[in-house]
Amino acid sequence: MAPLLQVEDLTIGFIEDNRQTIVVETVGFSVKAGEVLCIVGESGCGKSVTALSLLGLLSPNARVIDGSIVFEGKDLLKMSEKELDSIRGSEVTMVFQDVMNSLNPVLTIGNQLTEVIRIHMNYDRKRANEYAIEMIKKVGLPDAKAVMKKYPHMLSGGMQQRVMIAMALACDPKLIIADEPTTALDVTIQLQIMKLLVELQKEFHMSILLITHDIGLVAELADRVIIMYAGQFMEEAPVNWLFDHPSHPYTRALLESVPCIYDSPDKKLTSIPGTVPENYQDIEGCRFYGRCSYGIPSCKEKQVYSELKEGHFVRCHRAVKGEIPFV
Amino acid sequence: MYNEEERKPLIEVRGLKKYYPVRGSTISKNRPVTHAVDGVDFEIYEGETLGIVGESGCGKSTIGRQIVALEKPTSGHVLYQGESLSDMATGRLRKIRTQLQMVFQDSTSSLNPRKQVYDILAAPMLYHGIIESNMLDGEINRLLDLVGLPKSMKHRYPHEFSGGQRQRIGIAKALSVKPRLIVCDEPVSALDVSVQAQILNLLKQLQDELKLTYVFIAHGLGAVRYVSSRIAIMYLGRIVEIAATQELFDDPVHPYTQALFDASPLPAPKLRGRQRIVLKGEIPSSVNPPRGCRFHTRCLHAIESCRINDPELLIVKSGSNHKAACPVLLAARGEYNA
Repeated sequence: MAPLLQVEDLTIGFIEDNRQTIVVETVGFSVKAGEVLCIVGESGCGKSVTALSLLGLLSPNARVIDGSIVFEGKDLLKMSEKELDSIRGSEVTMVFQDVMNSLNPVLTIGNQLTEVIRIHMNYDRKRANEYAIEMIKKVGLPDAKAVMKKYPHMLSGGMQQRVMIAMALACDPKLIIADEPTTALDVTIQLQIMKLLVELQKEFHMSILLITHDIGLVAELADRVIIMYAGQFMEEAPVNWLFDHPSHPYTRALLESVPCIYDSPDKKLTSIPGTVPENYQDIEGCRFYGRCSYGIPSCKEKQVYSELKEGHFVRCHRAVKGEIPFV
Repeated sequence: MYNEEERKPLIEVRGLKKYYPVRGSTISKNRPVTHAVDGVDFEIYEGETLGIVGESGCGKSTIGRQIVALEKPTSGHVLYQGESLSDMATGRLRKIRTQLQMVFQDSTSSLNPRKQVYDILAAPMLYHGIIESNMLDGEINRLLDLVGLPKSMKHRYPHEFSGGQRQRIGIAKALSVKPRLIVCDEPVSALDVSVQAQILNLLKQLQDELKLTYVFIAHGLGAVRYVSSRIAIMYLGRIVEIAATQELFDDPVHPYTQALFDASPLPAPKLRGRQRIVLKGEIPSSVNPPRGCRFHTRCLHAIESCRINDPELLIVKSGSNHKAACPVLLAARGEYNA
């Protein structure tokens, strides 16, 4: 079965003072129907830019330089804005991190929610209203009728995020792109929202593309994981396999630097020395070289993203040769 | 690890309350107030790290600001070696401030963008007169070395550093006046995971070298557990449970503590299907906190009396310093007669 979304050789650059800076370099991935794919990386690695590019939401100074984004057989990059509008918000929707700025502060929740429904589903006012109330109930908000009449500032962060999810789900999408959907929330509320997303994903049989920096969240939600670093994919594998057999030194270091509440008390956290290189687009070889404890001179040559095992890809020549011992 | 009876606390917090007027409300007798911290008591012992955990708005940062005397409490006291910070004369307080320092979450806004690192570090030392100006150079080199920054960077401006490096400068600044206690208010929340571990390890290493006492305020349980020897869990302006770290994680008593532990995501996909408590509802507003136990609106164990009686912190096991504010669960364990 063809995947729902197929991205190939996607390259994105920012244009500044007539200079082009590549921030995402030839990344390719697919999202299958009904699966949760996570793209994990630290700030500035290009994960959010990748997500925004899928729906043509990049800021004006950024552009897709190369590649294709095929959703159900149609190349989104070749579509006009008008054609894109028929997909955005109905077949593919987005949940953003910053709910405060994603809801319109001067319109009631009801107004914003019914607008989406009326545009994409052609419901009349009354039917849209009923449907909106049903959606609000679905995301677990009590007293749905009262919520419809409220303005965003009258709701807490968790409630706003639920409204965003209701909006994203309203038109029965096939794919939800969620960019750090719970980062701004408290842990107990985060758990509620996570549970909700998983339940609704199963119920509606949707796919989710989750963008996050939170390893814990990945472990809780993902079916498949992609590790991104400095504009490139470093590793990709099914979630259980990745946590048991991380092959790229960056993935390993990342997993080991997360403090867990069930660690033994004397365990020392492994930290990655140094910081993400600036101007990483100019680096020919491995971009993690310099911070990597397995680095050797030949790492300065171009690294190929190769398949170790079915579904497990890694961009590290030493990992491919089996030269990175398990700890 | 320590025998708490024999140790004298460095800081004692007694009946601390801090209310803030709600912004934009009219001036009247019944002006609404946010009950940020609403009656907490605890001690901080020399050489320990006390972690304070809670969700946003629970009052953990407010407590931090009271401990370093950045604000005066509405009522109650913070005692530094038995002396109340809010009753101190200005001159005396200025001296004490060198002992009580703070590291902030946002290293960008807590460092002056127009000053070089050299001047940022020199200013507090010169102000408090703890160093001769001819010794300044050497001392600044020593501080930078201590926090793992190259000496060559001292003439750079804050924006030339990465987030992790800026947090190191913030730590060096706090260390410059030779404090005994440092309040770290979410010091790693704004940093990437790989860099978080660097800063946490640095804080631990500095504590060993300089015999520092820390108050570590954070919402991430993993990080708090990693650095703290004792942990206080807060909910809506109150401490609901306080215990030595291992004791707390082995045997969380308060229903909120249990829910908080369950809610933290584990970096282990195989444990995904585990049983966990999912709290219902939202955190109530601290302008009108619920009567009785503040947690009763979301609690799975709440009974009628929880709506009425305001619970105190009770000893969980005789002979231990583990305290929890839940008479219902303690009674169920047979430790306490409700």
